[in-house]
Amino acid sequence: MAYKMHLLVCGGTGCQASESAALVENLKKELEEQQLDSFAQVVMTGCFGFCEKGPIVKIIPDNTFYTQVSPENAGVIVSEHVAKGRRVDYLLYKNPEDNTPIAESKNMNFYKKQIRIALRNCGIINPENIEEYIARDGYLALGKVFQELGAENTIQVLKDAGLRGRGGAGFPTAIKWELTRKNEADQKYVVCNADEGDPGAFMDRSILEGDPHAVIEAMAINGYCVGATKGLIYIRAEYPLAIQRLKIALNQARNYGLLGNDILGSGFDFDIELRYGAGAFVCGEETALIHSMEGFRGEPTLKPPYPAQSGYLNKPTNVNNVETLANVPVIINKGPEWFNQIGTEKSKGTKVFALAGKVNNVGLIEVPMGITLREVIFEIGGGIKNNKKFKAVQTGGPSGGCLTEKDLDISIDYENLIAAGSMMGSGGMIVMDEDDCMVDVAKYFLDFTVEESCGKCAPCRIGNKRLYELLDKITKGKGTKQDLEILQNLGGVIKDTSLCGLGQSSPNPVLSTMRNFEDEYHAHVHDHKCPSGVCKSLMTYEIIPDNCVGCTACVRVCPVGAITGNKKEVHLISAELCIKCGACMERCKFDAITVN
Amino acid sequence: MTQDQVKVELKESDVQKIKTICAEFDNNGGELINVLHKTQNTFGYLPAEVQEVVAQGLNVSVAKVYGVVTFYSYFTMIPKGEHPISLCTGTACYVRGADKVLDELKKVLEIEVGETTADGKFSINCLRCVGACGLAPVVMVGDKTYGRVAPEMIKGILEEYQ
Repeated sequence: MAYKMHLLVCGGTGCQASESAALVENLKKELEEQQLDSFAQVVMTGCFGFCEKGPIVKIIPDNTFYTQVSPENAGVIVSEHVAKGRRVDYLLYKNPEDNTPIAESKNMNFYKKQIRIALRNCGIINPENIEEYIARDGYLALGKVFQELGAENTIQVLKDAGLRGRGGAGFPTAIKWELTRKNEADQKYVVCNADEGDPGAFMDRSILEGDPHAVIEAMAINGYCVGATKGLIYIRAEYPLAIQRLKIALNQARNYGLLGNDILGSGFDFDIELRYGAGAFVCGEETALIHSMEGFRGEPTLKPPYPAQSGYLNKPTNVNNVETLANVPVIINKGPEWFNQIGTEKSKGTKVFALAGKVNNVGLIEVPMGITLREVIFEIGGGIKNNKKFKAVQTGGPSGGCLTEKDLDISIDYENLIAAGSMMGSGGMIVMDEDDCMVDVAKYFLDFTVEESCGKCAPCRIGNKRLYELLDKITKGKGTKQDLEILQNLGGVIKDTSLCGLGQSSPNPVLSTMRNFEDEYHAHVHDHKCPSGVCKSLMTYEIIPDNCVGCTACVRVCPVGAITGNKKEVHLISAELCIKCGACMERCKFDAITVN
Repeated sequence: MTQDQVKVELKESDVQKIKTICAEFDNNGGELINVLHKTQNTFGYLPAEVQEVVAQGLNVSVAKVYGVVTFYSYFTMIPKGEHPISLCTGTACYVRGADKVLDELKKVLEIEVGETTADGKFSINCLRCVGACGLAPVVMVGDKTYGRVAPEMIKGILEEYQ
């Protein structure tokens, strides 16, 4: 049955957390009750990206884009929009500049500068229905590879397109494929790395949840090109929704003869198995990932031998990241020239970023390489929350660095970010404002690294722990000038001597903040002050006598009895007893308490 | 509750269950992680006694099993609470104040991260990024997600489960 109208509801993790599943149920019920269920259908899609304003409902064909829709709004959408064709104005996105409603996403600043290639189907198709993927040219590229291109030409297409690995390091994808192809063996493997471990990055998960067939198709192409008949997807067990959608997609692909024996009559056999990660950041490193798939602790080993020579079960293995794979079918369909005119000289195409932190528009965005950080943060991101001042943006996760105001106009690509002291990484982009303490931020990332270090090599295992302790000491006001020197030296040693990428990049958050925010480190060490008011040990709460009316509210709320004073008299906080919980400040209605 | 305090006596039927899981994976040592996933799904956690049976079933050393269990944060040797609480400590949640929410949780429940309350009701775990950064900071109780959580909201959330 052909429907005249489609109600697309975001079924990504973020929107599901805001009850989008209940919304879908209510919409279906309303359609039924108002006897419109043969006219319109409800489709649960993957992520639209605009997580800040979720749950999202998009109505096709008129492209109306409703934001922050609650299950209770189902009735009005159906009775007004579906039945009478009238837009429900109060559910539309409001332009933050003049508060006028914007009906279509293409007119929103958040979407204007985006180009969606890897996310092309997210928010458009139902990820649990292979026919919707096929209707959007799905599995066309696979057929083209079999019938027209052949393995070597396909690799050449990727080379001409200039596709580089999206997992972090940016190694040219075609070269990796070629190396694996050249190594003779009775069995080879292709692996999809879906062990997305960066805290604050969720692009791989969104692709798998929103468009799992894109990854499956690309893996089949990958297998054909390198001569592998087995594919493995290494995915975090913490991603239940992505796992469920992958399982559904794999079964559908098998039923359609797109996986299994003699795919599309090509004589090529290929199938994919899932392997579950168990929560270890280091397993994003390809040798560690391979050990984990073999049932061992996920510890990395020295390269060479590269996985292309000896990987899973000592056979040639080609590991690719989810986002990299998602680009492959489109490049084959549209041609390398189309792809390589997007982006910069050395970085082609687009990159997906998880834009989060203190920006107005948190979400998943896909932008052309070469866009500036300023455009991303202030146009797409809509600037800093609560009109605060921009301070830094952290890219590259625990391996990356913090960039500042002066870096806002560099155009984003692999080389430029490294030159600026950070890196592309898998695409986390966390924006920080004046209230964030950069020493504390560095400590946060080191805490992560210490926890996630596999322990195999000493520089990473012991060195990072020492870095953490030094930072902890500084945030407690006990740091010395010498500590700053040690931080610098030790950071350098860990980078130079660690075994794998984790240790080689783990000091970056410390070194980049020390370089860009030297004053803040000095303020902690020399003046025993935290300029952003984050480091508790360096704070003192005081009462401003002129503002205090003696209401005793703070006296009553203080959990340790550190505030004294009678009614209608000015109160006093004992610095010795105070545990700096801030309860008094929250309670005071007269702004009579300040932090120094 | 800490790791050392967990003592379990496995019933014969439990031992059989573990052996069946091992057999499903052909008693292949290379499948250790898959076996542990399935075993943890069945029992809820992986105490030392369970690990011994797994080691026997796959014909690998107990040390190897213990090494793998303790390496990966997803595996736990302590039973989770009836309502396991997971707090996202990803960067987006961190910059929006997840640490203060965690402090409040620890204070109210009087347990540390990775522990379970004495009555077995709640346990606290930290996750790295749930992927709901638009809702940061995020707390999950069981399968239910709470977004934009402030420390003041913790008591109210816990009361839903009392």
